[in-house]
Amino acid sequence: MRYARIFLLVALSVAFAAQAFAAPDESQLDRGHRVYQKWCYPCHGPGADKPGTASLAARGQKPAVLEDRTDLTPAAIKIFVRHGVLYMPTFRKTEISDADLDAIAAYLTRNNKK
Amino acid sequence: MRLPPGVNAKDFSDALKQFSEAVGKDWVFTSDEDVNLYRDAYSPFWHEDEDPVPSAAVAPINVEQVQQVVRIANTFKIPIWTISTGKNLGYGGAAPRLSGCMVLDLKRMDKVLEVNEKNAYALVEPGVSYFDLYRYIQDKGLKVWIDTPDPGWGSPIGNSLDRGGGYTPFRDHFDAHCGMEVVLANGEIVRTGMGALPTAKTWQQYRYGFGPYIDGMFSQSNFGVVTKMGFWLLPQPEGYRSGTVSVAKHDDLVPLVDTLSYLMNSSIVQGTTTVGSPLLMSIARSSGMGGAALLTTPKSPSIADLEKIGQEKNLPYWNCELHFYGPSKVVDAQWEYAKEKYSVIPGVTFQDGQSLRFPLSADQIEHVPKRQFGIPNLTVFGMMGRTEGHMWFSPIIPMSGEAVFEAQRVFGQAYADMGVPPAETTFVFPSSFFPRSFVVLCGFPIAHDVEKNRKNRQIFKRLVEVAAQHGWGEYRTHTAFMDTVANVYSYNDHALLHFHETVKDAVDPNGILSPGRCGIWPKHMRKAKA
Repeated sequence: MRYARIFLLVALSVAFAAQAFAAPDESQLDRGHRVYQKWCYPCHGPGADKPGTASLAARGQKPAVLEDRTDLTPAAIKIFVRHGVLYMPTFRKTEISDADLDAIAAYLTRNNKK
Repeated sequence: MRLPPGVNAKDFSDALKQFSEAVGKDWVFTSDEDVNLYRDAYSPFWHEDEDPVPSAAVAPINVEQVQQVVRIANTFKIPIWTISTGKNLGYGGAAPRLSGCMVLDLKRMDKVLEVNEKNAYALVEPGVSYFDLYRYIQDKGLKVWIDTPDPGWGSPIGNSLDRGGGYTPFRDHFDAHCGMEVVLANGEIVRTGMGALPTAKTWQQYRYGFGPYIDGMFSQSNFGVVTKMGFWLLPQPEGYRSGTVSVAKHDDLVPLVDTLSYLMNSSIVQGTTTVGSPLLMSIARSSGMGGAALLTTPKSPSIADLEKIGQEKNLPYWNCELHFYGPSKVVDAQWEYAKEKYSVIPGVTFQDGQSLRFPLSADQIEHVPKRQFGIPNLTVFGMMGRTEGHMWFSPIIPMSGEAVFEAQRVFGQAYADMGVPPAETTFVFPSSFFPRSFVVLCGFPIAHDVEKNRKNRQIFKRLVEVAAQHGWGEYRTHTAFMDTVANVYSYNDHALLHFHETVKDAVDPNGILSPGRCGIWPKHMRKAKA
């Protein structure tokens, strides 16, 4: 598992460096927003009671609210959701399907520079 | 591919084909990538062979599919570990007790079947989360409250079956249930209480039906798969008021809790109340002693010295915040009455808390402690720092000041005897999550560090034993400690566990349902275990 963590970090570095994604269609963004609101917002939304946001802020991430980020990549988002990090657990496919995860990734990267 | 215990490769392969025919191939998970999602995200066995890994997972969408899955499992004698939302983090998450078990994942059964505003109840499936039920009620504008545990992503069914607690008048979640539908190990469906009437009209309104009341047998057990459950809801109260009672002396805790107990047993105070200590918390923060400051160890300052510090810094030794729900005039009167009862304690002081009327505005919701109003949230995950998870040691002690003193002394001495500073343990002061008793919550951080986890497991097991020696038992525990905890409920040579095993052998003779849950093992694994 130690190697898995190292792999995770390497993969994230690569993922953050990735550029240029295909523009998702509107329905994909709507779905991403809906799924994000259900699964991610309670931890990563704005406000003092959101532990994911607080954790990212403590790590110096700016902005700490995921929806405001413009540097996330689909690959990084998928790794976090399927592998977890710190007290963020993994999410099973019965919770967030691969298609839902694609939609979340599209939503959270919607404002990235193309 | 990992095989279930006692199952050969051909049988498992044949069973997987049948599971796929029953639920659809997309809902049988066998790849390492998918199966790893069913490991315990907060495992105290990280990087150790004991970390439980399932062989596969199957996710039915309705009760008919659950019946088929159970029948197939029975045919091939495949042990299946049932989860609802799989978010019982700190208590085992989605992982089985035993490596190789298949996980029966009920998350796709996520229908809110009914919310009845007039009689204030709900009927839900296991995959429904507290967030889901809350949203359903809000979307329909119904004036009823759910009660939520700290993490809102759990399942009302799963949490109540694990006998979890919350904060409002219906905070004892198992006690708040009314009626179940259960798939037995042979695939037969049983409905409990009034649900046994084919034309039942009060399944969620009268608990008992006729004959033995068996609902409790499906909580913290492995006697069936619960596929529907009813819950009583709180009609949205008109108002809420809170108030804090503070006392200066160490021994004032006794009348503070005695009065709290009277007020709770009289249904005047209805919500979970935690007894706190601003004085000890201040010392914990400023001294770096952490949890050690909250226990009485041989190195602790004397009571006289602590009282002196409290006096100098104007910090109460003890306090408790009381919560009142109901008509505004009534909750104001209840707070006045509570103050009257507490005024016999010399030097007691009172502070008015929040006074609210419902419904709350969106802005108010963002600024109130949500759990106190049945609003699901995940705030608790930020309270233990940036850890890699946690698990809870949580014994039940009597609701009395004397018992709190004894717990402080006994657990303080236990740490001293182990030669371990309790600084890393998060101690939550006694809380009334359940009527007529206190829960003492002690949180252990989980780390991706074998030695640290091993040490914490040893401490945890020792605390379970020490607690039992003083008459205190866990109300619930992580899968890793289920045998340890079951073993201390040993009155009359483990007569209760023997009864559980007798029931297990009768209702699940092949031992396919959640082997090892709460220390209950099927006969063939019991022998191996012995």
